[in-house]
Amino acid sequence: MGSTEGFRIVLLLLLIGCAIAVNLTKNLMQAVIIFMSYSSIMCILWILMESPDLAITEAAVGAGISGTLFLMTLKKIKAEDAGENEKKIKKKKGKR
Amino acid sequence: MKKVFDRFYNLIAVICCLLLIGVLLYAVSLLPSYGEENPRSVEVVERYVEHGLEETGATNIVAGMILDYRAFDTLGESHVLFTALICVIILLGKDKKNMRREYDSYYTVEAESYHLLQTDTIVRLVGYVLLPGLFLFGIYILLNGQLSPGGGFSGGAIMGAALIIFAVAFGFETVDRVFTEKLLKTVTFVALSFYSFAKGYVFFTGANGIDNHIPKGVPGAILSGGLILPLDIAVGFVVACTMFGFYSLFRRGSIGHDITFMDQQ
Amino acid sequence: MISHLWINNEETAAVILFGIGFTMLLFQKNLLKKLIGMNIMDTGTFLFLASMGYIEGRKAPIVTDGVLERTAYINPVPAGLVLTGIVVSVSVTAIMLSLTVRLYKRYHTLDLDVMYERSGHTAEDR
Repeated sequence: MGSTEGFRIVLLLLLIGCAIAVNLTKNLMQAVIIFMSYSSIMCILWILMESPDLAITEAAVGAGISGTLFLMTLKKIKAEDAGENEKKIKKKKGKR
Repeated sequence: MKKVFDRFYNLIAVICCLLLIGVLLYAVSLLPSYGEENPRSVEVVERYVEHGLEETGATNIVAGMILDYRAFDTLGESHVLFTALICVIILLGKDKKNMRREYDSYYTVEAESYHLLQTDTIVRLVGYVLLPGLFLFGIYILLNGQLSPGGGFSGGAIMGAALIIFAVAFGFETVDRVFTEKLLKTVTFVALSFYSFAKGYVFFTGANGIDNHIPKGVPGAILSGGLILPLDIAVGFVVACTMFGFYSLFRRGSIGHDITFMDQQ
Repeated sequence: MISHLWINNEETAAVILFGIGFTMLLFQKNLLKKLIGMNIMDTGTFLFLASMGYIEGRKAPIVTDGVLERTAYINPVPAGLVLTGIVVSVSVTAIMLSLTVRLYKRYHTLDLDVMYERSGHTAEDR
């Protein structure tokens, strides 16, 4: 039992808590943000497990780029909806 | 009918999940304890740790492992990234074949206005402060892969993230002046083919027992580790290009400034 | 058995994460949630692999002061495997997300059931 044992267990519990929170939340934006924080916690765990290579990669890829891609998808979907609405309005105006 | 099916599906799914977790937990309870050395895995590790420095010249044993002993693994992986980029180009790229009637609404001008980057003053100022450090950090990690934690994947991912922040802060027009689609394709192609040929040469000479004349250098110096540094740079460029390509394709449907599309408008 | 699970708490957490991800894949109707569940499964596997390589009291596998003994460093093999896996998982995520965008473009929903009905099938004949 090292000195970091307690800290590690707290981090593991936080990981499981984040995973369950993603499962239960209704808002997609919240889900993505919780997933990004999940990746950051994972990054601290890699450092505690003496693998700094993995920590750097996980911080850049998991928390940074994966999260950005998810957010981009959400934004694309919203733009799609907005474009649809504008098109409908234009059609109505054209009919008049 | 649907309700019955749903209930049945849920029941089966719950049983499957519980069974899976139970079986896996039982397997974990039979594993050796956490934090102790598994005596069955010693042989390979011994080779990597005790002969790694003299055979590869890299101080970082993980880098020496993934770019020298297991270089084919990494080659396949960079090709996985390249293939993923091609798939995303096929799925999200803007071109004539992609703009059939049912998808037409997506690329109309109205929807396009939501894709324009609003260059915010705060974001731009943060970009001025942050970007030089980010690029420098990425290049530092890329070049020191054989000495310290890091290497191609992490350095490339940081450089890709820096390019993404550049695009967010200063708009795609600024990035397009330097980083065109042609440059991205050229860099990826040159890096991948360099990796293939360099490693193919080393494997060929190694298999036939010929000396490959690649200097190992002094362990601890920046120019050490034989082929590890150039291969790291190649992998890093591929990763950076792929990450920026993903972002750009998700954001606007093309990598560089797309002239043909603008003419159609 | 329970006490051994407590000693192996890292692996236990990894397996639980894998289970949560699998549950999300089965129960969530939303495609984005399914993708996040797949990512959680990925990270659970990585955590499991890396925790198999960790050895108490040893340092990261970077040669310092010319010490070249196996007993000084942790196992470097799982670290190399996981490093490859993390980057592959992000490219898989990107492909899946672009497929999701295309599906949304076609059916204007992320819900898998609604998508199925809008594709011309009735709910009964699945």
